[in-house]
Amino acid sequence: MIVTPQKARFTQPLKLTSGAVLPEFEIAYETYGELNAAHSNAVLVCHALNASHHVAGTYADDPGNVGWWDNMVGPGKPLDTNRFFVIGNNYIGSCFGSTGPTSTNPATGKPWGADFPVVTVEDWVAAQARLADHLGIERFAAVMGGSLGAMQALQWALSYPERVRNAIVIAATPRLSAQNIAFNEVARQAIMTDPDFHGGHYYEKGVVPVRGLRIARMIGHITYLSDDAMMEKFGRVLRRVTPGFDFNIDFEIESYLRHQGDKFSTYFDANTYLRITKALDYYDPAADYGGDLSKAFARAQADFLVISFTSDWRFSSARSRDIVRALLDNRRVVSYLENDAPQGHDAFLMDDSRYFAALRAYFGNIAL
Amino acid sequence: MTEAETIARWVNSGARVLDLGCGDGRLLKQLWQTRQAPGYGVEIDDVKVIACIHNDVNVLQMDLEDGLAAFADRSFDYVILSETLQAIHRQEPLMKEMLRVGREAIVSFPNFGYWRARIQIALAGHMPVSKELPYQWYDTPNVHHCTLVDFEALCAKLGLRILERVVLTNGNAVTFLPNLLGSLAVYRVST
Repeated sequence: MIVTPQKARFTQPLKLTSGAVLPEFEIAYETYGELNAAHSNAVLVCHALNASHHVAGTYADDPGNVGWWDNMVGPGKPLDTNRFFVIGNNYIGSCFGSTGPTSTNPATGKPWGADFPVVTVEDWVAAQARLADHLGIERFAAVMGGSLGAMQALQWALSYPERVRNAIVIAATPRLSAQNIAFNEVARQAIMTDPDFHGGHYYEKGVVPVRGLRIARMIGHITYLSDDAMMEKFGRVLRRVTPGFDFNIDFEIESYLRHQGDKFSTYFDANTYLRITKALDYYDPAADYGGDLSKAFARAQADFLVISFTSDWRFSSARSRDIVRALLDNRRVVSYLENDAPQGHDAFLMDDSRYFAALRAYFGNIAL
Repeated sequence: MTEAETIARWVNSGARVLDLGCGDGRLLKQLWQTRQAPGYGVEIDDVKVIACIHNDVNVLQMDLEDGLAAFADRSFDYVILSETLQAIHRQEPLMKEMLRVGREAIVSFPNFGYWRARIQIALAGHMPVSKELPYQWYDTPNVHHCTLVDFEALCAKLGLRILERVVLTNGNAVTFLPNLLGSLAVYRVST
C-alpha cells in the first residue's frame, strides 16, 4: 500500500486548555481506503508518544518507511481498509509535520521553540475535530488508539460524544500515576539540564540536546517493556567475551538502550518531548468531577472496546478496569479484553493472534 | 425445555443481566433477542471472549475468582452462573458477591446426585463421565461438585431464599425424586 502524507491548514485560532491561543495551525495526516457515500466508515487512529500520522503503508520514494501500525491497518488486516476509511493524524506540538515547536511562529518569523505553548490531550482532540470537519466527517465509526493514543480515543468520547460511535481504547490509563509522572520528570530533567538545551532555544544555536534526548528515550524504553520480556530478549548476555571492568558496554541491554537513545535523538525534537510528557501528566478527565471517573464518563455515548495487557506495568490492567468500571456505572456498551501477551506496554504494537482476532471481530460488527 | 428456556422464562423483559462464565455469549444473545434484556458477560477464556465479541455480546475478560469488584451494588436484576458453580474454587464468597451485585441470582449446575453418576461410583467404582460431565477426573475444570441437597444446604447456610427450582433431564422437567433423577439443576435465589 503506497500512501501520501497530506496537510490541512486551519486559520481559525485554537484556544488551548492553558489559555494560550494558537493563531493558526496545520495537521499532517494520511488516509487509507475510501470514504463511503454516507461518510459512515471513517476511523480515526491516534498515535502515542513517538509515532506519527504514518500509520500504515509505505511511501513511493521511501519504500522502507513502513507505517507504525501497519500490522493492524490495511487491506484484509484487523482494521480493514477495504471496508473502512482510516485516518492517521499527527497531533499538534509534534515534530513530524503538524504545527509544533519546530514550526515557524507567525509572530516572529522564527521557529516557536520554547515559546510553543504546552498542549493537552483535550487540545489535540479539539484540533482533530477541525480535521474531521475538513474531511467532511460528522461522526466517526470509531476512534482508536494505544497508550497516549488511547487517551485521545477516550477524550473524543468525552469532548464530542455525538461524533464517536465506537471508542477503541488500548493499553490505556485514565490518568497517570505518581510513578508514571516521576519517570516523565526524570526524562524532562535529562533534556532540560543538557547544556545544549538553552532553555528550549537550541535551534538558533544550531545544536540539539542529544544527551538529554538519549537518556529520556532510554528511561522511556525501560517502562515500555516488561521485566520478563527484557530478560527474555537480552538476559545477561555480554557484548564482549569477558567483562571489561570499565564503563563501556558490557551487557546487551546497555547496547540496546544506547542504540534506541541514539536513534531517537536523531529524529525527535526535545521541545516536543517535554510537551508530550506534560500532556500525559495533565490528562485526568475525572479531575473536574472530584476524581469520580464514573461521573466524568456520564456524557459518553460511544460503545467501547477496552484492551489491556497483563504484563504492562506502565499502564496496568487495573487502570483499564477502572475505565471499564466507570463505563459499567454508566451502562455503556463495553467489552474488555485482558490479554496476557508478555511484552509489556509495547504489546499493543505487537502481533498477537487473540488481540488481533478480537479487533477483527469488533470491527466486523460495526455497521456502515 | 432447555436450561436457556428456563432462564429466559424467569428473566423479565428489559431486565439487566450479568452472566458469569458466559462462554460464547449465546445465553446473553438469546436473552437480548427474546426478552430485550441488556447484559454483560464475564469470561476468562480467550477463545470464548473473542466468540462473544464476534456474537456482538458485551463481554468482560475477568477472573471470577477475583470477585465482582468491577460491578456496583444492586446494579443488575439477575446475576447468572450457568454450569460454572462446579468450576469455582470458592463458592461462598462468589454467591455473596452475586447477591450484592444482583437482585436475584440464577445458578445452574450438573447434579452429582443423578442416578447415572451414583451408579458409576457405586457399582463401576470410577468417577462419573457423562454428557453433562464429559471430563476425566484428571483433566476436568470442575473442582467442587455438588448435589441438589448440597446446594440447598449452602443456600440455607448463607441465609439465601430459593425462589424457584427447575430440575432437568434430557430437556424434560423432573419433579419426582429430582436429586436422583435430575441431571441438571437450575435455581433462582435471593437474599
